[in-house]
Amino acid sequence: MKKIEAIIKPFKLDDVKEALNEIGIQGMTIVEVKGYGRQKGHKEIYRGAEYVVDFIPKIKIEVVVGSEIADKVVDAIKQSANTGKIGDGKIFVLPVEEAVRVRTGEMGTDAI
Amino acid sequence: MGKKLSTITFGFLMLLLPQFAFAADGNTIDTGTTSWMLTSTALVLLMVPGLAMFYGGLVRAKNVLGTMMHSFVAIAVIGVLWVVCGYSLTFGNSILGGFIGWNSDYFFLRGIDESIVNGVPEYVLAMFQGKFAIITPALISGAIAERVYFRGYTLFIALWFLFIYCPLCHWVWASDGWLFNAGAAGVIDLAGGLVIHVSAGISALVLALLLGARKGFPKSPMLPNNLVMTMMGAGLLWVGWFGFNAGSTVQSGLDTARALTMTQVSAASGALTWLIIEAIIYRKATSLGFVSGILAGLVVITPAAGVVQPVGALTLGAISSVVCYMALNAKMKLGYDDSLDCFGIHGIGSGLGVLLLSFFIRNSWMQDAAAAANGSWTVWNQLLIQLMGMVATIALAAIGTLIIYFIVEKTVGFRIDDQGELEGLDQSLHGEHGYGLVHSDFVK
Repeated sequence: MKKIEAIIKPFKLDDVKEALNEIGIQGMTIVEVKGYGRQKGHKEIYRGAEYVVDFIPKIKIEVVVGSEIADKVVDAIKQSANTGKIGDGKIFVLPVEEAVRVRTGEMGTDAI
Repeated sequence: MGKKLSTITFGFLMLLLPQFAFAADGNTIDTGTTSWMLTSTALVLLMVPGLAMFYGGLVRAKNVLGTMMHSFVAIAVIGVLWVVCGYSLTFGNSILGGFIGWNSDYFFLRGIDESIVNGVPEYVLAMFQGKFAIITPALISGAIAERVYFRGYTLFIALWFLFIYCPLCHWVWASDGWLFNAGAAGVIDLAGGLVIHVSAGISALVLALLLGARKGFPKSPMLPNNLVMTMMGAGLLWVGWFGFNAGSTVQSGLDTARALTMTQVSAASGALTWLIIEAIIYRKATSLGFVSGILAGLVVITPAAGVVQPVGALTLGAISSVVCYMALNAKMKLGYDDSLDCFGIHGIGSGLGVLLLSFFIRNSWMQDAAAAANGSWTVWNQLLIQLMGMVATIALAAIGTLIIYFIVEKTVGFRIDDQGELEGLDQSLHGEHGYGLVHSDFVK
């Protein structure tokens, strides 16, 4: 099993979710995060004082899938989250040791 | 015969109508004015939660409750002190060479239970004035946001009220006050340009300098946690200000209409001007700038609403926004931490109004003043009187605040300790958490 973590622009969430649903992924977890990479922060102005705010709001999607479809999932996210502009995000793939379904106790790939 | 009977009947029926009720001391109650003054009292009180929301939204989330408490607690502390002795010290007869007032009938308001003054029950007048006393120290809290002990703050406002507000209010608004009687027709200060905004503004500056800046200022960004709340607060302040200015005419008549109009005009002008300034300089008009412009317009007209006309109000509102905007820039260059710009807007804006109103006074007022001054009274004469009021106010506020600061800091402590400041006022001083929102803790 693999865990795929994708950091994407918030307004792209619906597109990514639909793309994942289309390839058969029916569940996922999202977290609201802040971060920056090459995308510079933005300026905010309060009573004449300018602040550079480095951390930009993003969404992190986490989805655990069987190893054999991990590549397909990464591609789906890559295409649906892409805008072509700096700040589109990153995708990471991590190994997963174990998974458990709380309701039934199923383990392994039966749980995801 | 029929006519006489109907006249008597009519007269009898009139006695039954409440607006012609006779109080114990024989005065009739002017219900029109009384209703307006009752309403104004409520409107001015509404400005305190309005101020709480305005200031509260501007600080970091960890300090939102503490900041709002600075406004709210004034209602309790000053609200009680006003009744116990404040009304006596401000509107009692002059003692100590006119420094303060005194009237044993006014302690605990015990002597005014049946008193009607110019058609208005004296309770209403006392309560109306009390609201001004309440909001003034709350204004000061803006300069010292996010870094004072609650106990120090409450002691400070109690002492400030007794030794700065009460004397100043007496000087400017009591009928035997020396500024009330200065020159031909007194210092012009309808609703507290001097008594409230300049005094608070100067005290704010002094405290900001004495207490020092917030930790991390000015390098760390300290962003507003809720501009939505700030905007709502600004709206409440604007509406409440009609009670503040128009109510200060203590009538429901022509002067009231004028005061309300000039208040509205000046606020709108101030708001528009700040909008334009930011649109030009940043190419983005901000909501915080807009509400700051509203306030700049409101504070400048506060002393002047009774004597200027719409063109004057438009001009004063615009000038106030320009000057306050420049003052805020100067603050950033000079580097002191008047956190929420109490001096920058209230002090500067209202001080400007106190002085500049001299150039916009309506002719009828100037003519009455000339008559009272035996023939001649010019704009420059009045400006001098206004200046006198400014100097007296600044001196009292600055020196008094300095002394009171040391008393508070040396007794119960004023500036919060480092750990408390980092943790935030809400947690360390009140054991509370402002918002239930998930990410409000996220901001340092």
